[in-house]
Amino acid sequence: MKNHAEVIIIGGGVIGCAAAYYLAKKGVKSIVLERNEIGYGGSSRNGGGVRQSARDPRELPLAMHGAQYLWPQLSEELGVDVEYCQKGNLRLAKTEAHLKTLEKLVESSHSNGLDVKMISGDEARQICPYMSHEVIGASWCPTDGHANPMLTTLAFYKKARELGVRFITGENVSEIRKIKGRARQVVTDETIYEGDSILLATGYESRPIANTVGIDIPMQRILLEALVTEAQPKMFDQMLGTAAADFYGHQSKHGSFVFGGSTGLEPYISEQPYPVTTSFTASSTCRGIIKYFPVLKDAKIVRTWAGWIDDCADHVPVIDQIEEVPGLVLACGFSGHGFGISPTVGLLLSELVTNTALTLDIFALRYNRFKARA
Amino acid sequence: MSKVVERSQDLGPCIPQNDDDLIICRCEEITKGEIRQAVHDGMYNLTEVKRYLRTGMGLCQGQTCSRLVRSIVAKELGISPAELELTSARSPARPIEMQTYSNEVW
Repeated sequence: MKNHAEVIIIGGGVIGCAAAYYLAKKGVKSIVLERNEIGYGGSSRNGGGVRQSARDPRELPLAMHGAQYLWPQLSEELGVDVEYCQKGNLRLAKTEAHLKTLEKLVESSHSNGLDVKMISGDEARQICPYMSHEVIGASWCPTDGHANPMLTTLAFYKKARELGVRFITGENVSEIRKIKGRARQVVTDETIYEGDSILLATGYESRPIANTVGIDIPMQRILLEALVTEAQPKMFDQMLGTAAADFYGHQSKHGSFVFGGSTGLEPYISEQPYPVTTSFTASSTCRGIIKYFPVLKDAKIVRTWAGWIDDCADHVPVIDQIEEVPGLVLACGFSGHGFGISPTVGLLLSELVTNTALTLDIFALRYNRFKARA
Repeated sequence: MSKVVERSQDLGPCIPQNDDDLIICRCEEITKGEIRQAVHDGMYNLTEVKRYLRTGMGLCQGQTCSRLVRSIVAKELGISPAELELTSARSPARPIEMQTYSNEVW
């Protein structure tokens, strides 16, 4: 049948494309349905961090597996340079309170087996000499890094497509239908697709689609913004973040600096129909950056953009088979840090869909973990 | 926007052309040949081509080349340029120093 495949994947973002690729590697054919273009949502709008430090212990193993086994070979494997750079992550502190925040994060990650430690401001400036003397300390994880999220998403797409995966864009999924108790049909505005299994990975939009088979994940849509400078001479390789969360970013292979930042007002500006930038976020991010990197004050901003994250109630994703709906696998709620773990998630999803042994234990990311307070 | 597009179309081989070395996106120095190859790699709209090759991501933000890129991509796909949407225009309209941008206070 023309619209039938072993697996129907809803969502052509980095998660859906990675899952399609790892399934194709196992010889499992899928159809990927995407409403807009490939990588329309957060997949192309994030800051490109491939970070293990400061991860919740529940998703840290996914980040560590990726940094050790998947990211280093990814460009070669997919045949596209995804600009992966594994030169470490500095999380910066300017106050004693910042240091305390970082110490707690370091202790948690360290007890879970990650090579991360606290260093002094001067040690941080030895690693990245362009930082202002306002920085009094940092956490340092040498195996963290960054990559180009747009190229990573398109590279998974390109390779999966070459391996015979069918991608269809412009398909707006309205409903999943059960046949004889199993998830089987995916209904779009134009047609109906059928699969032996269905994988749902459409960020926040997973929620209304999962609702059509009676499953609800507590998450909300939050607008985040990022910006990019013109190309600068090569300065440093590290991924940067701050304890205050006023900005994060890195210098790309192209030479431009990609920075993201938040203002604290995000929950109150997220109800627009399209992800568009506000008049105040980019300037707030610039003020944050200049305090840490005064040397960048004359760098020109060429572009700003916005995107939604699917912020889960406990800020880690749901990656699971749905008991009540056999044949349905759900991956959503990545809460703004899904890109770095996307290869691992794609691999795990290919295992969940085919009912094969899982590379990692993801019981902590099950869909039915959310409980009311009393 | 939501026109259904099958991504595994047979576009035939990407046959080299005499002017493949022509620079189309001057800011990022992307050639006609690279844009044609990107379409054959599966990039079927201007946003994907932009993210794949950086066309229109430089200082002029595509104000010079976006229509040229559109006509090349359309020709390669065998469709009318009118069927391809231009990429989103993003703030700021002209490059601005971070110091100047940071003066805007809400």
